[in-house]
Amino acid sequence: MALTGVLRPGFIQLRVLDMKEALVHYRDRIGLDVVSEEADGRVYLKAYDEFDRHSVILREADKAGIDYVGFKVRTEEELDGFDAALRDYGLHTEHVPADEQPGLGRRVSFEIPSGHRLDLYTEIEMSENGPMVQNPDVWHEEPRGMRAIRFDHCLLYGPNVAENIKIFTEILGFSLTEYAEGPDGGKLAVFLSCSNKAHDIAFVEYPEKGKFHHASFLLESWNDVGHAADIMTRYDISVDIGPTRHGITRGRTIYFFDPSGNRNEVFALDYHYYPDNPTRHWDADQTGKSIFYYERQLNDRFLTVVT
Amino acid sequence: MPLHCKVTLDNYRESFDCRTGESLLRGMERLGHKGIPVGCRNGGCGVCKVRVTRGEYEVGKMSRDHVSEDEQNQGVVLACRCHPRGDLQLQVLGHLTRIIEKSHSFNKQNANN
Repeated sequence: MALTGVLRPGFIQLRVLDMKEALVHYRDRIGLDVVSEEADGRVYLKAYDEFDRHSVILREADKAGIDYVGFKVRTEEELDGFDAALRDYGLHTEHVPADEQPGLGRRVSFEIPSGHRLDLYTEIEMSENGPMVQNPDVWHEEPRGMRAIRFDHCLLYGPNVAENIKIFTEILGFSLTEYAEGPDGGKLAVFLSCSNKAHDIAFVEYPEKGKFHHASFLLESWNDVGHAADIMTRYDISVDIGPTRHGITRGRTIYFFDPSGNRNEVFALDYHYYPDNPTRHWDADQTGKSIFYYERQLNDRFLTVVT
Repeated sequence: MPLHCKVTLDNYRESFDCRTGESLLRGMERLGHKGIPVGCRNGGCGVCKVRVTRGEYEVGKMSRDHVSEDEQNQGVVLACRCHPRGDLQLQVLGHLTRIIEKSHSFNKQNANN
């Protein structure tokens, strides 16, 4: 398979209420490395197995939640093509100049119908501390905390999910890998992939625009999910649910909260997706199993607690 | 300051003991009590919103999406960020609404427009 167009979610910018507490959480507990702290207060981090300069940006603010998520596009021509196609579709795109974030090239930025801001870009500096490429050891130094491998995907809540699906599949080249039906027969929860992963972004239909459900970090194994659970108890981290498994994507998972109430996920072992695979779906009376495969019912927080 | 404070929920005529220094929500969860909805526990999601009707307390950082400065001045807090300094009386304001119902009514509204 040749990956073209949109390659992957490359970064996410989250709002935190207290930077000091947030850094203990993301650096010491999840195990991300701090890349830089900039004059505007934003702190840039990355996971040990990522090549690009940064993947998580934290901004201190008086409200929790998401500012935007960035997707890396393979070529400049494809970036311009997406810009034109999004405009033709009737979306308003803005051009964010290079270096608004350190080491990052120009961005095409737009708001999708669920009220979330998405950025597309092609250029980002390679990290000086990325994975080795010559006779590569598995890491430079043994990973810390939960040993997050990479920022993997996010789940966002907002209205007009059906329109989001159109934009992602018809313009940006994503596939709808899986969805859960709502009680009205519409799509309540949708999972979209631009790659070989079971999802690169997901949406749940929700009346309020621009809400954030979780940012997910990939772990290596079920054992590492257990290790993450030990860390959560040892350091008294607020846990939502898990360790458990999702029916959708089949990932082994824990949902937990950062010190500002933003939900995080650590997960491992979702299935591989290929673009010729059919879309999987879950009937409305199977929603519980689709989200939490072992519990077979939703907890109240899954559908309600967002930032 | 007393080591334990009594926290009374006006809505439910329920009360529980809370240690000074711990949050209302934590005290409630530690003792297995219910009444205040539990969300992120960290001041971000707003579901544990309460109004303190009597008593003294301190608050930590709370997302302004859920508690405005005006509300805070009138005793509205998130229970996960409210630390009692003595006995407290509260009204529960927040709730865990089910999105399936919400999304249902949202779609109906759209259909009517």
